[in-house]
Amino acid sequence: MPLLEIRNLTVEFATASGPFRAVDGADIVVESGDILAIVGESGSGKSVMMMAMMGLLPWTATVTSDVMRFDGQDLADLSTRERRRLMGKDIAMIFQEPMSSLNPCFNVGYQIKEALRQHLGLDRKERHNRAIELLEQVGIPSPEKRLNVFPHQLSGGMNQRVMIAMAIACSPRLLIADEPTTALDVTIQAQVLDLLTGLQRDTGMAMILITHDMGVVAETAERVSVQYAGQKVEEQPVTDLFATPHHPYTFALLAALPERATEKHLPTIKGVVPGQFDRPSGCLFSPRCTFADETCKSTPPAVQPASLGYARCHYPISAKTEETA
Amino acid sequence: MTAPVVIAKELSRHYEVKDGLFAERQTVRALSDASFKLSPGKTLAVVGESGCGKSTLARLVTLIEPPTTGSLEIDGISAVPENWASLRSSVQIVFQDPYGSLNPRQRIGAILEEPLKISRPEMSASERTAKAREMLSLVGLREEHFDRYPHMFSGGQRQRIAVARALMLNPKVLVLDEPVSALDLSIQSQILNLLIDLQEKFQLAYLFISHDLSVVRHMADDLIVMYLGRPVETGPKEEVFANPRHPYTRALLSATPTADPLAKKERIKLEGELPSPLDMPAGCPFAPRCWRAHDNCHTERPVLDGNQHSVACFYADVED
Repeated sequence: MPLLEIRNLTVEFATASGPFRAVDGADIVVESGDILAIVGESGSGKSVMMMAMMGLLPWTATVTSDVMRFDGQDLADLSTRERRRLMGKDIAMIFQEPMSSLNPCFNVGYQIKEALRQHLGLDRKERHNRAIELLEQVGIPSPEKRLNVFPHQLSGGMNQRVMIAMAIACSPRLLIADEPTTALDVTIQAQVLDLLTGLQRDTGMAMILITHDMGVVAETAERVSVQYAGQKVEEQPVTDLFATPHHPYTFALLAALPERATEKHLPTIKGVVPGQFDRPSGCLFSPRCTFADETCKSTPPAVQPASLGYARCHYPISAKTEETA
Repeated sequence: MTAPVVIAKELSRHYEVKDGLFAERQTVRALSDASFKLSPGKTLAVVGESGCGKSTLARLVTLIEPPTTGSLEIDGISAVPENWASLRSSVQIVFQDPYGSLNPRQRIGAILEEPLKISRPEMSASERTAKAREMLSLVGLREEHFDRYPHMFSGGQRQRIAVARALMLNPKVLVLDEPVSALDLSIQSQILNLLIDLQEKFQLAYLFISHDLSVVRHMADDLIVMYLGRPVETGPKEEVFANPRHPYTRALLSATPTADPLAKKERIKLEGELPSPLDMPAGCPFAPRCWRAHDNCHTERPVLDGNQHSVACFYADVED
């Protein structure tokens, strides 16, 4: 049984100008010990998907799914109390901006110990020791002193480490990292990514990494799911995805990387991600796709088999067509 | 080779800050001793992490602030505050965030015409409009966009508008402060292509500020690597990327993730973080995090040394 299984997740927001579908029939399956990366541009629904799972969306959102199970437990009809017992303990999340996700009014030690008190029921002394141990684990020097400092006294990298320490405080079985390094400098990013993958290896927890940075994906993930306009368009193991992308969107995205450029002009993807009002009726990528024909514009494509990376496309790119092209 | 359009010699910018009412004044050395030349049609990239002085350098070159010490010459004229007015139209800037840099209450046409109104008062209104419309098509926007407001555009289109506005006065130098870092990958390549085309067409000199090394590698001709307000390595792009001599440059290159899962590389792990610019180390600014540091690194500061490809390090060519 997979650790996390989500089938056909749809999230719709009620907006003043009508319903907006942010996530459209997404599937996520994560086994323990997996590192799954979810890649997509802004507005592709990757964060909303995770928020829906955690139950963090506002009342304007309607979440529907066929299956939404964590370790056999149905997440959709958890009571608030049960949900609070699960989130932060077995499922933990690291948010993008460490500066705005920590409470500026409480010191770092208090915020880490809060989770320990709520979920593990440790006494004062045990909490203190565990908090020091956690700060040590995430590589913060002189942890005993750092327990008493406030978030504004720490740098972005240090705050992100505190966030990670809070997230792993109760040894979660699933860690969701939403753009954990986007706000950080590259040398600090390298430190934080090493830390996350190291922790993942040591504890055997599963990790979902949400990012838009292809470099980060290539270096940390095992499996990659590519998201476009609320739909999963492709999913493959990381080496296969970079070697043989099957969906035209993945193909174009990889080609647009400056480091893969062969000439001064970069290959581009024309147009922009469809919004609320210009959602195409067929394949969502068809207005921007170079291979699109009439079928693509009128009929939504089915999901291809695993050998073609579950590509949501009428004409997936296979190794063979690439050779002839 | 054409004559350089910007010549900067030992530019420095210090800020005085006071931490509390009775505290002593302290000096933040945001930028120290930056020297470079920028030629028409060429791109000089400035790379470094936050707090390294990249944006301060951009402010100096764009004539937003005068340097504390050092000299700046633009288009053969010394850029002292008395000459700023006459130099304004030669240097223009494109900012990082296209959502913050366009006035939401102005139509695109008004945004584009404003620089002309200020700097070309002799121009008639119809000439201004004609020029703005021409510029709009040049950056790949359509005629009907002229009367729209910024909120009706996507991030990539807004950045095109920002570029168009910067080009209205036919500048010789364009300062690009992280022009693509707020954009999605699929849009990023469109803007980079536009910048390449415009540079070719107008022989623009770009000062390209970025922290993304894969973008810099694609765009730049020359490179300045900065650390804590000081250039630590400069040189032609190919040489710096192929043979980085400063340990910080090496660490920066190795820390940048490559989009190739099969590339197994040795990553240089830097310990610690950037020191506070208020409390500069006495010797080499990088010494506290450097694995090559010897005793003299902590007491003496190495100077930028070398011809084409220069580096500020005592142990630049030591094998690790």
